[in-house]
Amino acid sequence: MERTTARAWRKFGSRYNLIGNKCENCGEVYFPPRVVCRNCGRNSKLVEKRLSGSGTIYSFTKIRSPPDNFSDIAPYTVGIIQLDEGPKVEGHIIENGKQAEIGARVKMMFRKMYAEGGEGMIHYHYKFVIE
Amino acid sequence: MTVGIVGYGAYVPSFRIKVEEIARVWHTDPASIREGLNVMEKAVPDADEDAATIAVEAARRALTSAGISGDKIEAIYVGSESHPYAVKPTATIVAKAISSNPRLMAADLEFACKAGTAGIQILLGFAKSGMIRYGMSIGADTSQGRPGDALEYTTGAGGAAYIIGNAKSEVIAEITNTASYTTDTPDFWRRDGAEFPSHSGRFTGEPAYFKHVVGATELILKDTGMRPSDFAYAVFHQPNGKFPINVAKQLGFEMKQIEQGLLVPLIGNTYSGSSLLGLAAVLDVAKPGDKVLVTSFGSGAGSDSFVLEIKEPIEKKRARTVPVRQMISAGKIYVDYAMYLKNKGFIVK
Repeated sequence: MERTTARAWRKFGSRYNLIGNKCENCGEVYFPPRVVCRNCGRNSKLVEKRLSGSGTIYSFTKIRSPPDNFSDIAPYTVGIIQLDEGPKVEGHIIENGKQAEIGARVKMMFRKMYAEGGEGMIHYHYKFVIE
Repeated sequence: MTVGIVGYGAYVPSFRIKVEEIARVWHTDPASIREGLNVMEKAVPDADEDAATIAVEAARRALTSAGISGDKIEAIYVGSESHPYAVKPTATIVAKAISSNPRLMAADLEFACKAGTAGIQILLGFAKSGMIRYGMSIGADTSQGRPGDALEYTTGAGGAAYIIGNAKSEVIAEITNTASYTTDTPDFWRRDGAEFPSHSGRFTGEPAYFKHVVGATELILKDTGMRPSDFAYAVFHQPNGKFPINVAKQLGFEMKQIEQGLLVPLIGNTYSGSSLLGLAAVLDVAKPGDKVLVTSFGSGAGSDSFVLEIKEPIEKKRARTVPVRQMISAGKIYVDYAMYLKNKGFIVK
């Protein structure tokens, strides 16, 4: 439990928000943030960039055999989202009565990922809702 | 110094359950419930939504409306009856999710359905004294109602966030006055560790809701020398669709003043979100110069009353977010009673 808590806490920044970086030299946007721009190497000029969370579904699949923490919500959809700023990111897709399809517009929302039983920590994460 | 609202945001989940569906399960008469409560359906959370996720969505929208980033917020208060943790603040989750600066005053508040307006009062003090430039108060709930209880027809989910500031050029609604009326009245409670609230039936009416809403509203009318006819809009806490209409009549307000902010027939009683969502719906349409009265109510019991004057920047700022009534009517998904129980966590594998 302690190990999970500390590990989760370190990642709150990238679980709650899509904060990547952008190379001011070539304009490439990265998520997760990179230390060196793959185009510019030693000429990298990387600055933090908050991504809008809007994008389209690049690919998706339905999980029917879930890990224990997700058994109550299965089947559920996960996929790769092509963000409007360029990077691709994995995430849960909330269909909200619609069907996931490649190219569908999505928007990031703040949701509960899972809770560690009735007494453990609650884990929150961004997910993507079909618009 | 002009102190008031500089941004606001609202969030209501997409899922709905109709009064008919609940009545079907408990073999009650839906028509008499709809008529008796003036509630048609209520908003209910998805399985991965709770008061924290609702608070974060409302907070992010409030920042968009205000046109500021989260690191400018110097105080966050979250009022709720359904904080996901009994100990561990929702306010810190919101703070991280909006990337606020660690130099931050923060706490969770609880005063039944009025903790969000209590948070606004705290921030008014900070903003007036110059201690902060921006602070955020949120009322958000996934309201609890015991299956089969009369409350089950009305307990909804939703929330609203307000950023209070003190720069004249940024204020969209100046809060000119506030007054509260508070007594020890056991009309509704939830004991520590209890899953569902208990209430005193009809006792929640006259000695609780009406006495306190009327009490606070009369105090603020006396303080300001204003009359009900001076207000373009009024919002009263909405435990059902009848109480706010009746209390408005009792105080001398007309239906046309309260109907814009009366959301309970569509989303149910969102507890701490109730009067604040009603105010957000009013801010969506109010014109500069309009006066607005808001009176919340929290069981236990107390009411906070506010007088607001709408200011010019509202036109520009409200265009940045989706109007509350539009959000409520768009993309609704109806669930049956079994799915509602599962999403609320009442039944598990």
